[in-house]
Amino acid sequence: MSFLRNYLNKIKPNFEKDGKLHAFRSLFDGFETFLYVPNTTSRNGVHIHDAIDSKRIMSMVVIALMPALLFGMYNVGYQNYLAAGTLASASFFSVFFYGFFAVLPKILVSYIVGLGIEFAWAQWKGEEIQEGFLVSGILIPLIIPVNCPLWILAIAVAFAVVIGKEIFGGTGMNIFNPALICRAFLFFAYPSMMSGDKVWVADEQIFGLGNTLADGFTQATPLATVGQGTNPIEAGTSLCDMICGFIPGSIGETSVIAIALGALLLLITGIASWKTILSVFVGGALTAALFAGIGSTVIPWYEHLVLGGFAFGAVFMATDPVTSARTETGKWIYGFLIGMMAIVIRVMNPGYPEGMMLAILLMNMFAPTIDHFVVERNISKRMKRGGIK
Amino acid sequence: MAKVIKLCKGLDIQLKGKAAETRLNLKSNGHYALVPDDFEGVVPKVVVKEGDIVKAGDALFVNKQYPKVKFASPVSGKVTAVERGERRKVLCVKVEADKEQRYVDFGTPDLDKMDGRLVFEHIMEAGLLGYINQLPYAIAAIPGRPRTIFVSALRDKPLACDFEYEVMGQEQDFVTGIKALAKIASVYVGVGKNSKLIGQISNLDSVEVAVFDGPCPAGNVGVQVNHLYPVNKGEMVWTIGDPTVVLFIGRLFNTGKVDLRRLVAFCGSEVNKPCHVEMLVGEELSTLVSNSYDADHHVRIINGNVLTGRQTTKDGFLGAHSSEVTIIPEGDDADEFAGWIMPRLKQFSVNRSYFSWLMGKKKEYALDARVKGGERHIIMSGEYDRVLPMDIYGEYLVKAIITGDIDKMEQLGIYEVSPEDFALAEFVDSSKLELQRIVREGLDILRKENA
Repeated sequence: MSFLRNYLNKIKPNFEKDGKLHAFRSLFDGFETFLYVPNTTSRNGVHIHDAIDSKRIMSMVVIALMPALLFGMYNVGYQNYLAAGTLASASFFSVFFYGFFAVLPKILVSYIVGLGIEFAWAQWKGEEIQEGFLVSGILIPLIIPVNCPLWILAIAVAFAVVIGKEIFGGTGMNIFNPALICRAFLFFAYPSMMSGDKVWVADEQIFGLGNTLADGFTQATPLATVGQGTNPIEAGTSLCDMICGFIPGSIGETSVIAIALGALLLLITGIASWKTILSVFVGGALTAALFAGIGSTVIPWYEHLVLGGFAFGAVFMATDPVTSARTETGKWIYGFLIGMMAIVIRVMNPGYPEGMMLAILLMNMFAPTIDHFVVERNISKRMKRGGIK
Repeated sequence: MAKVIKLCKGLDIQLKGKAAETRLNLKSNGHYALVPDDFEGVVPKVVVKEGDIVKAGDALFVNKQYPKVKFASPVSGKVTAVERGERRKVLCVKVEADKEQRYVDFGTPDLDKMDGRLVFEHIMEAGLLGYINQLPYAIAAIPGRPRTIFVSALRDKPLACDFEYEVMGQEQDFVTGIKALAKIASVYVGVGKNSKLIGQISNLDSVEVAVFDGPCPAGNVGVQVNHLYPVNKGEMVWTIGDPTVVLFIGRLFNTGKVDLRRLVAFCGSEVNKPCHVEMLVGEELSTLVSNSYDADHHVRIINGNVLTGRQTTKDGFLGAHSSEVTIIPEGDDADEFAGWIMPRLKQFSVNRSYFSWLMGKKKEYALDARVKGGERHIIMSGEYDRVLPMDIYGEYLVKAIITGDIDKMEQLGIYEVSPEDFALAEFVDSSKLELQRIVREGLDILRKENA
């Protein structure tokens, strides 16, 4: 590997101040630090450091998203072949690669637009590249319908990165989860591309794979069916399909099993808070059971937890350390309220069959308030002790 | 029976190069220097001139604000230099030791007949007051009556020199030291599990012993204060986080001399033969350090331990509170490839995306001085709290300091902390912030504000 190191050392002066490629300093820095752990040593304070850094953490989250992404690709193909009625004759590979080619452009657009802005911003501010968008960039394609046009996606990503994150000061300073800001932007600016029953199944052939579906083809998500007052199980979707994820929906959100694999990695590494995840599910289950009990919703509580973006949001969105509550007590409250709000929105608002996105964004807003009260307790204890006069 | 306080939060970092329980016989080269920077918050006024002859116990410099607070020379001899840096800041006062040591005789007064005021003045006169620290602000003590005195006789930072080992054979000095302090204010002594000191001091008047059972930083005096009797605004307590200072005080009352001998653990993964050595405060390190490590790559010599020590060189001088001299690899030529994904089995991490959690708690690591990542905003939550066993929201306090919010700093308990309490948080921080520097700056802001 030393030839690579030597090469980097050779070209490095070009990117430093007064070098001819100085305009790409942030880009070079970003790649150099990804290739090699920086050799900078501590100047003051502790002399040894833990090997963890934010690159490692973000990479782990991206890895945790891989099962959901790969399954999402397969499911995109599966839904297309299912709708065309040719599933039985299609091979596994044609199903998967159809989905692969349908999803890949979205990942590329998300990363190119998002990272482009990140690099430019870092260059402008003279800062290091922040890794936060590595996660947002893969989350975004996973929470949109497969038929979302790329140009709209590009606009939404740019909006999310600039308005959702950079103007607050970058990763670590943002109030709202950038991926959800992106989705909320799409949801309110281009509602016809984000909801309804025409957007969930890819309907064009790609590289000779897949099927072109009839023009008027529609397929509602199970949650939309619930919104209309029908239990999807009665409409022909089995609980097994819902758990495995063979249902229409946003690309990465359908399979509870794939999400659980990711959750496992996040929980083992301790990157996601188990308190948040658990309390989201508890909050959702209790609320859904309550609504099911009084007959406001047609499905039992556990179906609410496996349908739509509930599991995906609980594992990958609610646990975003930056926008979630930061105190341990706060995490319980924050998660519980997300689960509760998501079901409340689903059940009580006929306009929105899915409530997870809005619930998390709402609680993002209140997370600092929750923490404020938790910290305030510590403060008042200190004052009672006879401290501040 | 002593009160037992069990702590769960914290982290013991196992490093290679633990000092063996052998004592190296080291002959000093006669170069000594007292460094004012070792005494936090002291602006020194040098009271000797080049060429002056001093005895061990004579003041070399005093605290400019409180000239009664003297800092005693560790040896007798000739003042060879007063080194100054930028803006004439005093870097150190150098003394060339005599062959035959002469001591200022402070007498051996009968402790039982002295009151707090006399004991205090005796310690101050002998130039030892500055070795004691105070909270709030975590600075060298200044004249004033403390509410309580806290002594931590537990050293648990990585590779630290075990105080139980150091005190062996000097128990009498320790007891006298504690007795003397107890005349000034009531004393809390924090010790580790199975400490042999408990029996010696638990029967003394106005002395309370507490056993701290838990991982590092259970031995931090600030942590102990927080659990025993937290500091409120407007109160002042003395903290002795370096228990050797109690021995200094004990020797003063037992022998009438200022005797700054201390045991030092010579440790770290780069040291060929890690061992213990008896040295005087201010002794030049070169006799100890030279030829004790392989010089074919960069190393970092640390005056103190890896968490709170200061970087020094071969020609540095033993710090006033340094119970270790640690040598670790600098690591500036490591060129580690793709750290974001590699298993990196030789690295230690509390995060389980590395495998050190599967290697058992006994595995020792040879860590270098790299920061191993770029500085970021605080991203992960709860990292600091896991290694800060105090009733304090560390992350919120750090944020209040960064934003300069004085009210918030007070409310969140800045008067109870010292930078060393945040050393482990700084180690585990994935955002790589210089927490000890930040906390020190916060303390300095408040000290200026409240002056």
